[in-house]
Formats: sequence, C-alpha cells, structure tokens
Amino acid sequence: MRKLLVALFGFLTLRKRRERRREQPPPEQPVLPPPDRGAENAVIVLLLLAGLAGAAFVFFYATSSIPHQTQWLGLTIGIALGLVAAALIVLGRTLLNEEESEEDYPPHEHPEEQEQIEELVERTGSRFTRKGLLKAAGGAAALGVGAALVAPAASLGPVTGTNSLYDTPWRRGLRLVDVRGRPFLADDIEEGTFYTAFPEGASRDELGAPLVLVRLDPKALRLPAGRGSWAPGGILAYSKICTHAACAVALYRKPTFPAIDPRPALVCPCHYSTFDPAQGAKVLFGPAGRPLPQLPLEIDPQGNLRAAGNFSGPVGPAWWGTHLRGPGNPS
Amino acid sequence: MIRRGVQFLDRRSGAAPFLRKTLRYVFPDHWSFLLGEVALYAFIVLVATGIYLTLFFEPSLAKTVYHGQYAPLQGREMSHAYKSAVDLSFSVKAGLLMRQTHHWAANVFVAAIVIHMLRIFFTGAFRKPRELTYLIGLLMLFTVLLEGYLGYSMVDDLLSGMGLAIGYSVALSIPFVGGNLAMLLWGAPYPGTDAFESRMYITHVFILPILIATLLVVHLVLVASRHHTQFKRKRVNPERKVLGIASFPGQAPRSLGLMFGTAAVLFLLGGLVQINPIWLWGPYHLADGTNGAQPDWYLGWLIGALRLVPSFDVVIGNYTLVPNPFWGGALFPLVVLVVLAAWPWIEKRVTGDHGYHNVLDRPRDAPGRTAFGAGFFTWVALIFLAGSADRAYVSLGWSYVTQIWIYRVLVIVAPVAIFFVTRRVCRELQAIDVVERDRHEAEEAAARA
Repeated sequence: MRKLLVALFGFLTLRKRRERRREQPPPEQPVLPPPDRGAENAVIVLLLLAGLAGAAFVFFYATSSIPHQTQWLGLTIGIALGLVAAALIVLGRTLLNEEESEEDYPPHEHPEEQEQIEELVERTGSRFTRKGLLKAAGGAAALGVGAALVAPAASLGPVTGTNSLYDTPWRRGLRLVDVRGRPFLADDIEEGTFYTAFPEGASRDELGAPLVLVRLDPKALRLPAGRGSWAPGGILAYSKICTHAACAVALYRKPTFPAIDPRPALVCPCHYSTFDPAQGAKVLFGPAGRPLPQLPLEIDPQGNLRAAGNFSGPVGPAWWGTHLRGPGNPS
Repeated sequence: MIRRGVQFLDRRSGAAPFLRKTLRYVFPDHWSFLLGEVALYAFIVLVATGIYLTLFFEPSLAKTVYHGQYAPLQGREMSHAYKSAVDLSFSVKAGLLMRQTHHWAANVFVAAIVIHMLRIFFTGAFRKPRELTYLIGLLMLFTVLLEGYLGYSMVDDLLSGMGLAIGYSVALSIPFVGGNLAMLLWGAPYPGTDAFESRMYITHVFILPILIATLLVVHLVLVASRHHTQFKRKRVNPERKVLGIASFPGQAPRSLGLMFGTAAVLFLLGGLVQINPIWLWGPYHLADGTNGAQPDWYLGWLIGALRLVPSFDVVIGNYTLVPNPFWGGALFPLVVLVVLAAWPWIEKRVTGDHGYHNVLDRPRDAPGRTAFGAGFFTWVALIFLAGSADRAYVSLGWSYVTQIWIYRVLVIVAPVAIFFVTRRVCRELQAIDVVERDRHEAEEAAARA
C-alpha cells in the first residue's frame, strides 16, 4: 500500500521532473525521464494484482455452485484486464514517458519513378500493332469468363421464380384454426379483441398463412364494393402480414372510451402502419402503401369459420409485380 | 539474447531496417486520435469472443423442442439456432459472458467508428493525400453495419425475425429487380429456405470478417504511408514535420494500455450489464410480433427513415415502380454513403483548394464544412431519433402520430437552421481568435517595452 502511494506521488510529481531535460541525444535515441523506483513498484503491484484477478476468474469458472456466475466472471476478467491496462498506462506515463520527437512527412510524390513506370508500360504497349483488336478480344474474354464465374451464383435461388410471391395456402372451404389447430367457431369470436388464425392442414410458415380475425358491429362496416358478403356477422379476416415490411400486425387498438377515442385499428409494431378493419383495412397512418388483403369468410352449418375464396390482393410487402395479378395457390 | 533474436529474424527476412523505422514511427498525441484505436481493439475483442461462440452455435433452422434449463421455454418448438443460442447462455460456462461481451463489443465498435469518422470529418483529415484512407474507412463502416445486422439476425429469436422480415421487404422494394433479388437471396418467399440461415452464418463469421480485416489492414497501411495528420504546432513547420511520441518505447505502453482498457470495459459490460436477453424474446414465428421492439442502436437511423415516409407506393398502371420501404431502407442509406464518400471532392470543388494537407483544421477554421457537417449529421440524427418514437409512445405516452409529424417537419427545417447557425458561430469564433491574438501580441509588445 505504501509503495503504491509512493508510486502515485512519483507519478504526480513527474511533470516537474520532466522539465529538467538532459542533453539532446542523437535523434534515434528516445529521451526518457530518469529512473523512478516508485513508478516501477506501482507497475509491479498492478501486474501482480492483475494476475490475482485472473486467478480469481479461473476460480469462479471452476466452481459452478456460485450463484450469479456470469457477473463474477465478468467482474474478475474485467478487473484483471483493467489492471493490466493501468500498469501499462502508468508505465507509459512515467518510466517510458518519452519526449516528443519529430519526423519528416513522406514526400508528396516520386516524379522519377512515376515517369519510369509510364515509360515501362508504354514501351511494353508499343510491341502491339493491332491494339484496338486486342482490346476488343480482351474485352470479350473478360465478359465471357466473368459471366462464367458469376453464373453459378444463380443457383442460390429461383431468380425468375417470382410467381411464388403470389402464393397463399388459402382456398375456398378451408377452415380457420388457431395456433393449436382447433377450428374457430363464429360464435367464439368476440368484439374488442383480435385472434390469429391459420388454414387447417396447411403450412403456417409462409407469409400467406396467418390471419387477424376481428368482429365489429356489422352496421359500422364500410367495406369496398363487392365485399358485402365477406364478413358474416361482422367477422373480418385480414392477412396478418403487414403490406409495408412483412412484420406481423400484432397490435389491436381498441377504443376504451368510444365517444372520443379513435376508431378500432390494426397496428403493425415495426413501423406503426395503422389499418382500419371497418373499411377493408384502409391505411389510416404509417408507411404501408396499400391495405391488408382481406379474406372472404363464410360460416358452415356447424358454425365453423371457413374461407370463401382467396385474398382480395397479393399478401405481404410490395415488389414490382404486386399489382400485376391477384393471389393464387401453389401449383 | 535480444541481439540474437533480432539477428535471427533479420538474416531470414531482412526486416531490421523496416523494424527500426517502425519502432521510431512518430504518433502525434491528441486524445481524439484514440477513437480509431478503440474501434480496432473492439474488433479484436469481437473476433476473439466470436470464435468462442462459433464453437457452440448451430446455424440450423431445423425444428426441435426445448427441454433445457430455462423453465418458461419448456416444451416450446424452436429452431436449433435459437436453442443453441439459449443453451450457450445457460448451460455453457462463461457462454453468456462471451455472448454478451460480443454483443456489447459490436455496439461499441460501431460507435467508435462513427465518432472516429466525425472527428475525421470535422477536422478535415480526409483531405489530400488521405482521401483513399477515408473512403476505405467509410466502406468498413457500412460493411460493419451489415455484419452486425447478420449477427443478431441469425439467432432466430423474435427480434431477429422481425428484423429479417424488414430486410426482406427492403430487398423486395428495389425497383425493377427487387422481387428477383429477394428470391435469389432467400431462395423462396419469406422466410425463405433453410439454407438462408447458413448463408447468413458463413457471411457473418467468415466472409465479412475477412473483408473487414483486409480493409482494416489497407486502412492502417495507408495511414502509416502518408503518416498521421496533426494539429498546428509552433516549434516546426507542421506541414513538413510531424511531431509526436515514437511508437517504441513511448507510444507502445499507452496504446496497449488502451487495448486492455477497452477489453476490460467490454468484459465488464458483458458480465454485469444484460444485453439482448433472447430467452425473453422467445423463438420467432412469422405470425408473431411485439410492441416497442428495437434493433441494435446502429440500425436506428434506418428504422426511423422507414417510419417517417408517408403511406404510398409509386404505381404506374399495374407496375409497382417504387415500393414504400425503398425510400427509407435503401435510398436513404445510399444517399448518406454517397454524400460522405463524395465530400472530399465536393469540398475541393467548392473551395478550389486542391493542395496537400497534413495539418488539421479546427472546426471553426472551416465554417462551410463544419456548418454542412452539423446540418447533415443533424438530419441523420433526427431520423435516428424518429426511430425511437414508439418507445417514447409506449413508455412516456406521447402521441405517436404527433411525434411523427413533428419529426417530418424537423428533418426538413432543422438541418437548414443548424447550417446557418453553425456557420455564424464558426465565424464569430474566428473573429474572437483574431481579437485574442492581437491582444496577446499587444500585451507582449507592452511587456517588452
């Protein structure tokens, strides 16, 4: 402890000692402060402590019965590294606190060598008589060989297979089931909340599969023309995949005091695209460029919810072909 | 002993003259010159902890059922990738320490690069003859952003999946080729084929690290070959002679100290401060989402840009020319990259100054550059802040819609205002400098008289 204080004292008084400069040695030799036992002691103590902290890390690593093991590991390895850092910095600030030296900046350029290179290349070039033709042939080789080298990258994925971007697993008659595969009964769907539904017996791991299901007062619906029968009993189904950036539309804004609160809305948590389920998921706010595609529903005699067809438009984020055709089923 | 070692090396490599020169290479001393070093040392910690993680992580989307140490996830279906990341956090000794340190190091790495870049920009260190060094640095920054994104995306927790869905949508949104590009990279419509996971993995642990390391070496070689810049010095002509501390013995312990110090801070953070607790997010499924989700900080500017764009796709007839995510997710970062990359040449054009510069400007000495930089980075910073509007909404209750409208106005108005204010402040500071210098000279003259 006393040694440490001595070292600290030595460190603090160093600035003054540096003033007494020795004679200027030859430029290659560093100008260093006079020997300093205190600083040396400090470095030794810090390094020993670092070794100790490192050993403590190994101890905590080896004993698994200690709770909060990660914290102890981080603390000991952090302290060990920090003590090494402290030792080095004390070293740099005391014993090896070198005076500034100067060095020339490199020359901006080497005109002679530049000229020689130019001459060399030009002389080599003068061996050829039909330069234009050679260049054309070289270009052709580069193009062909380059294409041959790049072409195998097309195996990564079906570059021209964009038709599968329209695919959804939904067909007329498919039952809507929940995440555990239990069919949704129309009577189970309540107002003021939302449900996630999947097609029965089909893959759930594709963008076209998940639906959000909500029930609104049938009188409040303002669906686009031609969708009059799509929401039996006010039950609406939309694709759960945001048309902006493919996140799941996982939020439902439900008015707590309908007189002043904004109308119910489906909201995507990624960029807050906000859709109005009463108006065919029209975009109320946020960056989404088009409504969520709606799935027409029907209720079978047993009261199950079933799809009455495919979506009103392609599912998922937009690309150049989004409006070229409607959704389809994989062939 | 030392003699024999050096002799052995020199006789077999002829490196003694080079080594001697390297040992006496002079480093100008200024605290802001350490920022690049912090980035370098964070990279070393990233490589070291990253290698450790690869020994346990399984880059596979094959499904399995969890029966591990963490009770809340018991019986959940998940990918091997996610399961192995949870397992290495709970069942591998020191695994969580390494994972968290790796994640912290990534955040610090990007932060150090960005602050380093700001220093380079505002002091004019990018000027001739160092434009190439600067361009390579920029390229590294953007490579590192992709590297970080892939790193947290391949874990396959809920946040990974939400981030990847956005990345997929941005790829899809590129005019004319987006649909094809996304199909090429993912192999199928999102979430793509299982091969996509191993593609991310090899890119994250091999391709990009090699690229970053190569760029790093070229960056450092270029720095050394043109030598460091320095601030104005009195003793010598600072354009011709560089003043500083030689690398050995003076600089070496300081720099090594900084390396150990950086590693110490990163491991302390990794051990004591929780980051990305993937077991709380849960495994990803494309039908799941959560409110208030945020990426790592360095992607915040892209989230903000995606959020600020109003609702529209550019559609001509039935052809979708520009899907919405293109503006914020692709064009915006491209504009930032191009403006920063072109800046050295823009500045030459505007000022007509084509000379060599070894001496740095203080920001006030170049009011035009400083004003432009302040405005430009304010623009990016405001868009970054807009990315946190959902957090302000969730935790403070500020209306989201109002916030977005305020940001939409601010990102247009504030950069212009900041430009003029900064330019004025720089000119005033310059005027003060002149007054101070005159006063100083007059005082000295009076003292001599």
